[in-house]
Amino acid sequence: MPPNLRYALAGILALLVLGTVIIGLKKLLKPGPGDRELWLRMRSWWVMAGLFILAIAVDRALSIVFFALVSFLALKEYFSIIPTRRADRRVLFWAYLAIPVQYFWVADAWFGMFIIFIPVYLFLFIPLKMVVVGETQGFLKAAGTIHWGLMTAVFSLSHAAFLLALPDTGNPAAGSAGLLLFLVFLTQFNDVMQFVWGKLAGRRKVIPKVSPGKTVAGFVGGVSTTTLVAWLAAPYLTPLTGWQPIAAGLIIGIGGFVGDVTISALKRDLGIKDSGSLIPGHGGILDRVDSLTYTAPLFFHFVYYLHY
Amino acid sequence: MRWAQAAFFLLLVRPFLALVLGVNLRHAARLPQSGPAILAANHNSHLDTLLLMSLYPLAQLHRVRPVAAADYFLRNRFVAWFALHIMHILPLSRRPRPGEKPLAHIEAALAAGDILILFPEGSRGEPEKRSALKSGIAHLMEDAPTVPVVPIYLHGLGKALPRGDWLPVPFFADAFVGEPLVWQGTRASSMQALEARFQQLEEEGRFDAWE
Repeated sequence: MPPNLRYALAGILALLVLGTVIIGLKKLLKPGPGDRELWLRMRSWWVMAGLFILAIAVDRALSIVFFALVSFLALKEYFSIIPTRRADRRVLFWAYLAIPVQYFWVADAWFGMFIIFIPVYLFLFIPLKMVVVGETQGFLKAAGTIHWGLMTAVFSLSHAAFLLALPDTGNPAAGSAGLLLFLVFLTQFNDVMQFVWGKLAGRRKVIPKVSPGKTVAGFVGGVSTTTLVAWLAAPYLTPLTGWQPIAAGLIIGIGGFVGDVTISALKRDLGIKDSGSLIPGHGGILDRVDSLTYTAPLFFHFVYYLHY
Repeated sequence: MRWAQAAFFLLLVRPFLALVLGVNLRHAARLPQSGPAILAANHNSHLDTLLLMSLYPLAQLHRVRPVAAADYFLRNRFVAWFALHIMHILPLSRRPRPGEKPLAHIEAALAAGDILILFPEGSRGEPEKRSALKSGIAHLMEDAPTVPVVPIYLHGLGKALPRGDWLPVPFFADAFVGEPLVWQGTRASSMQALEARFQQLEEEGRFDAWE
């Protein structure tokens, strides 16, 4: 494993320990009704970070399988919460099959196919399958929702995995896994920082109609902290130089916020609070990767344009 | 065949339910830990029985007995072998001959402390639509008035594997466990109480109709 990657993984473990200690102290010194939820959430962070670190530490193939699995769980959750049509049951089966194929392009590092497979071929193929089934009642809504799910849960998220297909030469001290770690860590860190800043200082709401919990202080504090950490970590993990780490931090901070509220809008539309119950303390998998559906493609294309 | 049943659930059913489907279980504490008890669930899919049985630890699996239609599950030698030895069903004859007591062996299983799985709707019906409850369960409650009946509302499995289809498609499944009830004095009131429990659990989910 490249040296900087090893230090970064150790740093993440240290942060998890710190978070656990802080929550433990809060529970001891200032017990409150939300403690159990916080504790569950922290435990889930350990499990999620553990699986992610394990996948990265073992090898590229396992990391790609890890993200394929995340896409599958996210798509399954999406298809389970949105209204689908009985007639489309087998169409959804084909939509699921897009996952192994899309991640095969990732493993194969075939950028041309990776970038058009879902936006072009699946976009054309899924309606074809639906026409063969022949149910026209609700056709437009079904075609639109199925494609939105594929773009969000598979296409967008697979950009994170494609960072691993980039050559290691960008920053040899971290390799391409350094980029992936940078993206995933900062996206999740940004979520936590927006939450923490919102709790500490938040009053004025940003978009009360979509997500009443989001405050201006949470947003500004979160984006600033994320950008600061991006600026500090970029030289070790990425090929970004000069002004670029600041821009990457802003992209992840702001993009993460938008991804979060987009899924919030979806849930509000469906009248549900959490997208599922897979991750104790967090909700469903979509609740956890919502920010990543925006930050992964945005960060990928930023880096790709500048350095590859 | 306890080992075969345990192996089937450990190696196939549980991984399939965990990975391909995913089960969202609410009010798990209301599940009876030991028998005699009756789990009464709405019925959408062959997967219903597998899900309900997998809620129990492997060591207890042989005490969980699905009550299943004899004419359907004993229709040929292979299905019958699987139904009797792996699923460990209690066959129920839906059209008993005169003088036959169709519930006798089922009541015997209850008396022995087993946990029964019953689908009071009778058949799988239209996927993801509840149909009227049949009163067979009320006869059983009348004969065993102290045995708790635990209603379980299932959702999603009818989408994953509806009647008449062989290809499973991944969907998360919901299982909401209701408050247990016992014999209410008359068959009609017992059925009403059970129906009310199902209604309540269904409303808790606020699921869209699947058309």
